[in-house]
Amino acid sequence: MYLQTVSVEYSKEIAENVWVIGFYAPNVAKAVLPGQFLNVKPDASFDPLLRRAYSVHRVQGELVELIYNVHGRGSAIFAVKRPGDPLDIMGPLGVPFHLEGEFTRAILISGGLGIAPMPILGDELHSRGIDVVNIHGARSAKMIVQDDRLRNPIYATDDGSLGFHGNVVGALAEYLDKSDHSEESLRLFACGPNRMLESLASFCDGRGLPLEVSLECQMACGIGICQGCPVEMKGGERKYTLVCTHGPNYDVQDILLESLPVEHG
Amino acid sequence: MSTELTIRNATFKNPVLTASGTFGYGLECPAFVDVSQLGGVVTKSISRKPRDGNPPQRIAETSAGMLNSIGLANVGVDVFLAEKLPALRKAGATVVVNIAASSIEEYAYVLERCEEHEGIAGYEINVSCPNVKDGGLSFGTSCPAVAEITRDLRKRTEKLLAMKLTPNVTSIGEFARACEAEGADAVSCVNTFVGMDIFVDSRRPKIATITGGFSGPAILPMALAKVWEVRKAVNIPIIGIGGICTAEDALKFLIVGASLIQVGTALFVDPGVGPTIAEGIAAYMDRHGMKSLNELIGSLDTSLQPSLVAAGWE
Repeated sequence: MYLQTVSVEYSKEIAENVWVIGFYAPNVAKAVLPGQFLNVKPDASFDPLLRRAYSVHRVQGELVELIYNVHGRGSAIFAVKRPGDPLDIMGPLGVPFHLEGEFTRAILISGGLGIAPMPILGDELHSRGIDVVNIHGARSAKMIVQDDRLRNPIYATDDGSLGFHGNVVGALAEYLDKSDHSEESLRLFACGPNRMLESLASFCDGRGLPLEVSLECQMACGIGICQGCPVEMKGGERKYTLVCTHGPNYDVQDILLESLPVEHG
Repeated sequence: MSTELTIRNATFKNPVLTASGTFGYGLECPAFVDVSQLGGVVTKSISRKPRDGNPPQRIAETSAGMLNSIGLANVGVDVFLAEKLPALRKAGATVVVNIAASSIEEYAYVLERCEEHEGIAGYEINVSCPNVKDGGLSFGTSCPAVAEITRDLRKRTEKLLAMKLTPNVTSIGEFARACEAEGADAVSCVNTFVGMDIFVDSRRPKIATITGGFSGPAILPMALAKVWEVRKAVNIPIIGIGGICTAEDALKFLIVGASLIQVGTALFVDPGVGPTIAEGIAAYMDRHGMKSLNELIGSLDTSLQPSLVAAGWE
């Protein structure tokens, strides 16, 4: 875990209201594992006060990328960062994706900004010799992150303007129907709106597919001292788990997705 | 020059403590802060039994502040004493145990369990949590209840006993006087203000309990005024709390009359800010030729007309 100020290389819009910010952080680039996040301060002032938790999107050498939507005061500040501007980052934080176990193909399913952890995850899985398929959905083509570095992408749009006409669950069902890969050797990873994750969890439950979800959650501290980011567990000793320190990546069987709020704009 | 201060039999190496509920058990972030460099660590509120806390959503950001409704989530006194306290002692922290309860008997139980253990400098009694239905604010807004809790706990310990007061009352000075009269060694001023925020599109509250505790730099002037009110009401030491983010913020509380200060919400942004603030206070004392904290505490000069230049309008 590091707390440091780095220098912005670029901040640019890569799809409608999807922004990427890149910076060199050799220590973070070396330490970060897929699914971990950084807690980033918008600027040096106390207003906005809190850091923003963003999953690491991609690491290339010593360059680290985060992506975010602009939907509030903090993210609006990130969007106007210029090369050379200071960026106060804390991390890497959180428990990474769980990659142990036997599987030969991974399906990475993302809705909207849920694409955030998928490139770094895909790169890691690929380096372990695992086949990677990305299913990435959004409302419309202009909101899709079309990145030619994304491994084996299948796109899905609600309005049919790109790829599969429908949501990512529909696209997944179609993919599985066409695929001759044994379902026993699959592992699914997903990130996106809570209601998308719920729908996906229900589908995977019906098919007996193992699913790990990466939760997005408002956090204050990111390190377990504020206790502000609980998600309810299914059974277990404790009622809640903290997304920042026990998550954000969970076996979907361990948590009650329906306890999570619907995202408000 | 010394920044050390003793209240009753508890000695703090500098006046900067971490506020309860904003630093976990003091063990979560060794990468960012050496707790032995703090004046003290005030633990999360400890209750008799473990508490799950409130359902999500527990936090929301506001202008220069935040709302929280954690609901006193904690491991309970047994786990605290068995696991957290030994680790905190090993890390070199001066430990103040914050206690929350829903009855006088429960406060007494937790305190007496703690009394069986070495390594606790004192207690801070939470009679002011705005986010739980039982205990908390229902005690904190009743002067006779605060007096009774103080009287009962005073009989049970020779250690530092500080009562943490809520600002959500008409006259906080009366509550501080009641604590002083019943033998409290200090009052911690203040816990969070009751606050609320909503989404206008969905017309829903931003946190699950609708209202919550409002903290952060936005509350500093209100908290400072409460400390000033309490300073005029009692002679026992005040532990100043409310929106402190910098050494300058901390100095304001000390000058107005606090003997110690606690950093809270600022730790969520920079968990290592405590020692930085302590260094800033020491540098200020050096600059002003002060040998001890007592020269600083309560040194407010109200005879001068405020200066616009000094107020930052230059």
